[in-house]
Amino acid sequence: MTTHFFGDTAVLTGRSLRHITRSPDTIITTTIMPIAFMLLFVYVFGGAISSGSDSYVNYLLPGILLITIASGISYTAFRLFLDMKSGIFERFQSMPIARSSVLWAHVGTSLVANLVSVVVVVLVAVLMGFRSGAGVLAWLAVTGILLLFTLALTWLAVIPGLSAKSADGAIAFSYPLIFLPFISSAFVPTDTMPGPVRAFAEYQPVTAIVNAVSDLFTAQPVGTDIWIALAWCVGILIVAYVFAMITYRRRIS
Amino acid sequence: MTTQVQEPAIHVQGLEKSYKKLEVLRGVDFDVERGSIFALLGSNGAGKTTVVKILSTLLKADAGIASVNGFDVAAQAADVRASISLTGQFAAVDEILTGRENLVLVAQLRHLKDPDAIADDLIERFALIDAAARKVSTYSGGMCRRLDIAMSLIGNSQVIFLDEPTTGLDPEARIEVWQVVKELAKHGTTVLLTTQYLDEAEQLADRIGILHEGRIIVNGTLAELKDLLPPAKVEYVEKQPTPEEVFFAIVGDDDKDEARRRQ
Repeated sequence: MTTHFFGDTAVLTGRSLRHITRSPDTIITTTIMPIAFMLLFVYVFGGAISSGSDSYVNYLLPGILLITIASGISYTAFRLFLDMKSGIFERFQSMPIARSSVLWAHVGTSLVANLVSVVVVVLVAVLMGFRSGAGVLAWLAVTGILLLFTLALTWLAVIPGLSAKSADGAIAFSYPLIFLPFISSAFVPTDTMPGPVRAFAEYQPVTAIVNAVSDLFTAQPVGTDIWIALAWCVGILIVAYVFAMITYRRRIS
Repeated sequence: MTTQVQEPAIHVQGLEKSYKKLEVLRGVDFDVERGSIFALLGSNGAGKTTVVKILSTLLKADAGIASVNGFDVAAQAADVRASISLTGQFAAVDEILTGRENLVLVAQLRHLKDPDAIADDLIERFALIDAAARKVSTYSGGMCRRLDIAMSLIGNSQVIFLDEPTTGLDPEARIEVWQVVKELAKHGTTVLLTTQYLDEAEQLADRIGILHEGRIIVNGTLAELKDLLPPAKVEYVEKQPTPEEVFFAIVGDDDKDEARRRQ
């Protein structure tokens, strides 16, 4: 059955990408909240925040990109939920195709859609004065980390997508993920936070990822942060994938 | 090859399935001959859909044997999937795609040559020419069901499962679906359909199995089922028009009148 895996995944990815091109509002709603946060923090709060950086938008962007991805992957859960509910998931599962391609197609779609959203947010940031001295390699490294982060969170999104009882339930899991960057080094340096909050902020995955992306953007040596960031992404990916597969097997037996 | 022909298209023996403590199937037995239409008749919640899901490899049975086209549904699931087509209880179509794109999608997933030609052919057969380029979300219930069934015909599967194909359809659409099912059986396809309506089973099926409380309590041809009833008495009753006759008398659809006469 694996002989058709790539072909079937490509066909099904084409199908769900068409859903996005037919309703571009999914890209708009994904990007509007991070852009609004960016405007709010740069033009309202920004003046009062001392980030230790020359330009607050430069400081802010890595965290904003993670928020973009966190809100983008909720659509994966939503689309998967709709497929489960409409019965088209069962139709695909009863056909002579590589069965896992149904899930991989949603994952592939998520990667493409989030990449587009991230590019849109970066372009808005550039309009707001974001500048980076990063070279081609650093940009590729940023893209790689963000794609890995998207992949990990997308497999996390597959779990509620397969098991939710309602559309609201399918997307609700993403709210804490959207909130997580606020309790990290993404918006303000962690130094001013009280003890326990600071401890949480410094050891949660978002901080390591934000610091790594930030170092790459400012063309500074990335240090150990990038390895911690990668370890978090791979760790979340493995755990999410395992639980997604358990949920999937439960749904088809 | 000769033994294959002798073998029933669907063989079910002692099938059991429970959802937690609820026993849905308690030993279901039936066979479906190749090229015939078998109707699984039962009320809501009788377990009809559960049987269909087990046979289409979407659900695993707790006990018993089930084979489709000579392949065991548990051990040879991939071969079973290559032999069947499933039309579920609710039209499983992609509402954001057009009717045509839905058909092409299924043809591509079945790895067939020239998916466009296959789609064109079905669009014509199922009278969807005007609607083919429209999003399915704009379709009526009957059109959705027609598209749904058309999608199931792609790849000429030997066995087709239709789970309550006419539930929720208006009388006109219902008769259209019946015609398609009859057409299928004429071409040698084995059809297992589930229904709550005795008249549907009567219209379509070669054999009828009544599923009740997790078992097939009666299995036979319509004539055999009628024999189980007390002998007919001659009574004089005023013949009331059926709801369908009333509907068509008011709507006055000539095509459909003709279609009914041909049946």
